[in-house]
Amino acid sequence: MSTLKKKQGFGAVLWDYLTTVDHKKIAILYLLGGGFFFVLGGIEAMLIRVQLMIPNNDIMSGGVYNEIMTMHGTTMIFLAAMPLLFALMNAVVPLQIGARDVAFPFLNSLGFWLFLFGGIFLNLSWFLGGAPDAGWTSYASLSLHSEGHGIDFYVLGLQIAGIGTLIAGINFLATIINMRAPGMTYMRLPLFTWTTFVASALILFAFPPLTVGIALLMLDRLFGTSFFNPELGGNTIIWEHLFWIFGHPEVYILVLPAFGIFSEIIPVFARKRLFGYSSMVFATVLIGFLGFMVWAHHMFTTGLGPVANAIFAVATMAIAVPTGIKIFNWLLTAWGGSIKFTTPMLYAISFIPSFVMGGVTGVMLAAAPADYQFHDTYFVVAHFHYVIIGGVVFAILAGAHYWWPKMFGKMLSEALGKITFVLFFIGFHLTFFIQHWLGLWGMPRRVFTYLPNQGFDMANLISSIGAVFMAAAVIILVINIIVTTAKGEKVGSDPWHDGRTLEWAVSSPPPEYNFKQLPLVRGLDALWIEKRAGKQSMTAAEPLQDVHMPNGSILPFIMSLGLFISAFGFMYRTEFAWGLPVILIGLGITLFMMLLRSVIDDHGYHIHKEELMDDDDKGVKA
Amino acid sequence: MVNNENRGNPKTDLAYRKKKNAEDMRYQVISFGLMIGLTLVAFLTVASDAGVWFTVPFILLLAVIQVAFQLYYFMHMSQRGHEAPTLFLYSGVLVAFVTVLAFVTLIWW
Amino acid sequence: MHTEEKLTAETFPASPEKATLEGKNKFIGFWLFLGGETVLFASLFATYLALKNSNAGGPKTTEMFDMGLVFLATMLLLTSSLTSVYAMYHMKNFAFKKMQVWLGITVLLGAGFLALEIYEFTHYIHEYGFTIQSSALGSAFYTLVGTHGAHVTFGLLWILSLMIRNARRGLSLYNAPKFFVASLYWHFIDVVWVFIFTVVYLMGMVG
Repeated sequence: MSTLKKKQGFGAVLWDYLTTVDHKKIAILYLLGGGFFFVLGGIEAMLIRVQLMIPNNDIMSGGVYNEIMTMHGTTMIFLAAMPLLFALMNAVVPLQIGARDVAFPFLNSLGFWLFLFGGIFLNLSWFLGGAPDAGWTSYASLSLHSEGHGIDFYVLGLQIAGIGTLIAGINFLATIINMRAPGMTYMRLPLFTWTTFVASALILFAFPPLTVGIALLMLDRLFGTSFFNPELGGNTIIWEHLFWIFGHPEVYILVLPAFGIFSEIIPVFARKRLFGYSSMVFATVLIGFLGFMVWAHHMFTTGLGPVANAIFAVATMAIAVPTGIKIFNWLLTAWGGSIKFTTPMLYAISFIPSFVMGGVTGVMLAAAPADYQFHDTYFVVAHFHYVIIGGVVFAILAGAHYWWPKMFGKMLSEALGKITFVLFFIGFHLTFFIQHWLGLWGMPRRVFTYLPNQGFDMANLISSIGAVFMAAAVIILVINIIVTTAKGEKVGSDPWHDGRTLEWAVSSPPPEYNFKQLPLVRGLDALWIEKRAGKQSMTAAEPLQDVHMPNGSILPFIMSLGLFISAFGFMYRTEFAWGLPVILIGLGITLFMMLLRSVIDDHGYHIHKEELMDDDDKGVKA
Repeated sequence: MVNNENRGNPKTDLAYRKKKNAEDMRYQVISFGLMIGLTLVAFLTVASDAGVWFTVPFILLLAVIQVAFQLYYFMHMSQRGHEAPTLFLYSGVLVAFVTVLAFVTLIWW
Repeated sequence: MHTEEKLTAETFPASPEKATLEGKNKFIGFWLFLGGETVLFASLFATYLALKNSNAGGPKTTEMFDMGLVFLATMLLLTSSLTSVYAMYHMKNFAFKKMQVWLGITVLLGAGFLALEIYEFTHYIHEYGFTIQSSALGSAFYTLVGTHGAHVTFGLLWILSLMIRNARRGLSLYNAPKFFVASLYWHFIDVVWVFIFTVVYLMGMVG
């Protein structure tokens, strides 16, 4: 199979992407899917802010507002932020460790298609009777009684997407454990890979409680059980525990890779190595561990009692310590460096104060007695948007700009990128800064309107204006992407010129097989070491030989489709006779594809070393 | 215990390996006997009239010991090359323990 | 070593399941999966423990559970764990036919366990009207024990598929990791059962 680029028709490209198991193409798929849902979640946000712009507004009813608010949160966390982070992890991590692909390429594809079908299923609710409306947390008192099928879409859609996430987490863990290039010890891993590793461990342990929780909610709603229904002995607190035992680690799953992205960007654009590498690794692991010990800070007002509240309050505050270590390390990295204010660096520099603001309000919320005042007000909304947008969204935008040339071979326009940054930064602070005060003045969250003359009017208007800025920023970003794709100049392997890690040692985009010969890693910042020694490329760790590559497969697409089909059966089982057959057909399709995968031998194919030798300019160049 | 050397040399001493495997199998059968014993003790304790306050912690301890035999012997967690599996399994056990602890202390009616 | 190599007892590596990169990846990938399954079952156990006294006026566990049946089921599953160890022992010795025999015995014992469990569930439903819908206890019991039973069922189908698919091929470095991973799964469901018979049945009989 030749590695020369053939001009391909649309059908061929479509089939290529439907069947690909290549981590680089799967990264692009996650970017497209996550990007699409990010825009959807953004539209939902705009609708919220339009409704809340003035008091007593009636653009939408309370019921519709509840659906939009629920879908905004659910979409942004599960269908936008996580997939976009997976896009960057897929694009970058195998290259950073000097590997040719992830440990399980087939499962990598399956993870993506499960996410996509789960997300589509959830959003079909808009057209099929109404979206879920009990908040992204779907507490099982309200969600048990929610009429219509909205919550069922939530339960089934997230279950499908969640399996995909779990698969992806296991994949990255196995890849990082087993497939590092020679010389790449754990303490020579780039920080983005370390944070991917710890976040993947969090995924492994945090998603099962969510799986159980939404399965039990499904059983209660669709199969008549009584886990959460007190009439027959159930208890609603069980849902809260299960959800938050997942939900708290989930936010660390989001923010740790964000930290990793900034740990890559700041050293490159300060031309100075990361300060305190070992403590950064230690802090990452500690944040991951502590992340499992604090979930009940979301439940301070439920009546856990003072002892439990105190324990969880102290544990929550403790997480600020390793986080603070990271902040100081980033500052000390930039201090004394030769700083280049590129678009990624602008996001990185503005992330530091923005995220810290979110972090300190987090410590305020962690004080359990104070939380009795903050809980369910806009103060909480302000806090989590500061850490999620100031942390995760800034990181995704920064990472997209930083690694765009590696993924697509072209640099995004710096001029348009800076305009996006300025608009987004202004809009973000305009929308959310004032919300701290709204909360302290007493405006509750999750309300579809408010009465005039309580002191909320001007603040809500300002908040809504900020949303317009953010929308404009995203539009400019989309224009940037379109213009770059149409007319951008092709770039070489190290377009930022100061790359320190292995992904900048291969061409942009990399060849199918990533590395002609696996590189020999001599220390931290493996490529930088070679550059400092005056070399043009990485030393090879193996002789030139045939490269073994996996075959593509349409099975992951069909497996995900099977679960998607069966979900309709689960939902309509009690109303339509076709419910049970559809469940069986859908599950049958999935199980049969699993059987096919098991019994059909698929040994992949080889790229012969003669073809590798022909490939110019695709070696490991500095 | 079992010879897990991945020497790449195709002519390793077959008789030696067979002996090592058989010795490992003997350990496995002894473990099995002990597991049956632990199970019997647990059932007998419940059948007897030892009070609840002794029985419950005792049978839980027996369960933990039996699971340790499964993990370390049947599943080879005691052998070389199991550092990462051990780390991740114990991490899972930690999260599991915290979850169960929360549910038996922090749920009320 | 290449997966398609034709091997003999001498050339078969000491740890065939880890002799290829694919095998190493399957090995660590599966242990990671088991770490996640530990938390999954813990969530189900935790839910059961919270709800085990919520019988909504219906039958209590002290009335329903039968020691003899649970002991027999435990013996079947525990023995099947040992027989799968024997199967792996023969795999390491490159004795394909003997491995198949012991895997077959494992499947039979596992099927016996399942049959007992199906009998037990139908007995509760008919004798006591104790269903998944009758109370929170019922919901929690059938979900926890039923999820374990579903795992047993899946495991039996898995091992059977491997046995049938590879019946005429003998051992290779391609299928050795597959057999090994299936046997790890089988041990794990015995691990879960140890906690089920202790926490659900034994604790449920003490009251």
